[in-house]
Amino acid sequence: MKLTDISNDINEWFDGSGPLSDIVISSRVRLARNLAGHKFFSKCSADEKQEILEKLKGVILPLDIGDEIAYINIDQTDELKKNFLIERHLISRNHAFSTGPRGVIIAHREFFTAMINEEDHLRLQVLKAGSQLEECFDLINKIDDMIENKVDYAFSEKYGYLTACPTNLGTGIRVSVMLHLPALKMTGHIEQFLKATKTMKLAVRGLFGEGTQAIGDFYQLSNQVTLGISEKGIIAKFKNEIIPEIVEYEEAARKQLLSKNADLLDDKISRAMALLKNAKLISSQEALLLLSHIRLGLNMHNKLGASTPAINELYRNSRNQEFENPISVKMINRLFMLTLPAHLQLNCGKVLDPAHRDILRAEIIRKALNQQS
Amino acid sequence: MQCQICKKNEATIHLTEIIDGVRSETHICQDCAQHQGIVVKSQMPINELLTNLLASQPDDEEIAGTLGIAKSCPDCGFTLDHFRKEAMLGCPNDYEVFEEELKPLIEKAQDYNSTHCGKVPSKMPVTKKQKIEFTNLQKELEIAVQKEDYEQAAILRDKINVLKENSNKPDL
Repeated sequence: MKLTDISNDINEWFDGSGPLSDIVISSRVRLARNLAGHKFFSKCSADEKQEILEKLKGVILPLDIGDEIAYINIDQTDELKKNFLIERHLISRNHAFSTGPRGVIIAHREFFTAMINEEDHLRLQVLKAGSQLEECFDLINKIDDMIENKVDYAFSEKYGYLTACPTNLGTGIRVSVMLHLPALKMTGHIEQFLKATKTMKLAVRGLFGEGTQAIGDFYQLSNQVTLGISEKGIIAKFKNEIIPEIVEYEEAARKQLLSKNADLLDDKISRAMALLKNAKLISSQEALLLLSHIRLGLNMHNKLGASTPAINELYRNSRNQEFENPISVKMINRLFMLTLPAHLQLNCGKVLDPAHRDILRAEIIRKALNQQS
Repeated sequence: MQCQICKKNEATIHLTEIIDGVRSETHICQDCAQHQGIVVKSQMPINELLTNLLASQPDDEEIAGTLGIAKSCPDCGFTLDHFRKEAMLGCPNDYEVFEEELKPLIEKAQDYNSTHCGKVPSKMPVTKKQKIEFTNLQKELEIAVQKEDYEQAAILRDKINVLKENSNKPDL
């Protein structure tokens, strides 16, 4: 599998499909596992790391997971490709930039990855579009069972699956949903949402770019507690309580914008469209924020039947048969991903400094949006 | 509820003070609380939390004093000092060797839970599996009762009884 084969398009879990996908972009379940009889990764010698890597590769690569799988040796991957894999959510920053024998097994359709020798010996991940946590868990659980038949995991009766950091102890599960919450931001309710997540013991991160302040209205919400609550219990809480509540808040905010602040909404979308269609230089932060407003406009039309001059123009563009690539949520998602720094560089075949990336990013977005006018 | 100080923002901090037996309540917003010097604890990164927790425990010398030696894991050589620096354990055995020292930290990081509930490796002996299954069902029963979902609670109670009968160990 060549990375350039996948770098020109979005992955399956980001194509704008799936239940509640106007707000819940994608769902992810991760399991942390360690092999019994070995030290944890940070204490392993290079030889022991190699031994673990070979053992797990030998077990996982022949598995039938419903798609072709490929192995990438992260220790021998250059920085640009590592950053690309991070942007695709296929490996973690920690895995990319640690040292020693380590690698990742990836399903070609990118719904499954297995990081070997991350903080734990094995980090399994399944991603799906929209709100599909149960489906993610069913698949990852099956894969975990298949692996467990062939290896002995470190497990204690009291603490469950033993992990290098006690924060993952027990089930080793991290359940995340990636959310698009532009209306909560516009109506000034996002702080309340962030405070509520803290009391619910949930962690919030940005979806694109770690540690950045402006994350373009995209949030990744995960459980923090992994001990004393079963996998199914955590998922049920997300599915039956957390997700419906957030979706309801965001939908209420969208309706409030439409009924009380339609001018503000229309202005945001018009400005976003004007800037994106004309800018000659655009940073990834600015692109993220503006594309977020377009995405909101499209989804408000599709879901709520919203009608403002800017939304109507977006709708006309999306219906025009003469256009090769009519504007759509999928197309906007594609622009999000393809204009991320490592994607830009991998697709143009060379390393670019930030200023040149801003030029190229603006060009790609202009081309995509102006074909319609 | 409106902030009692600025009368603009939503009051999100609710203080109750009892002075000389007289109770008073104050409702204020985050900004005014900060202005008044009331510390509102924000979410702390988990590594920081763990390091702080360990730092608040007796230091190595004190532990060495009580245990007679500076404790280290016979399998991986891990010490608490190592954990303080990296927030990572050295090997699975550390959970047993340092059980006492890690217990408060695990409970704090895991919302005061201290026992596994959930998946069990299929290779595990049946009796051990049943024991964990029993814990799982009890936990689910607690949640069902909390939610006043008595139909579900009855189903769970029956499952627990079946498990007890099957295991022939009433005190499982």
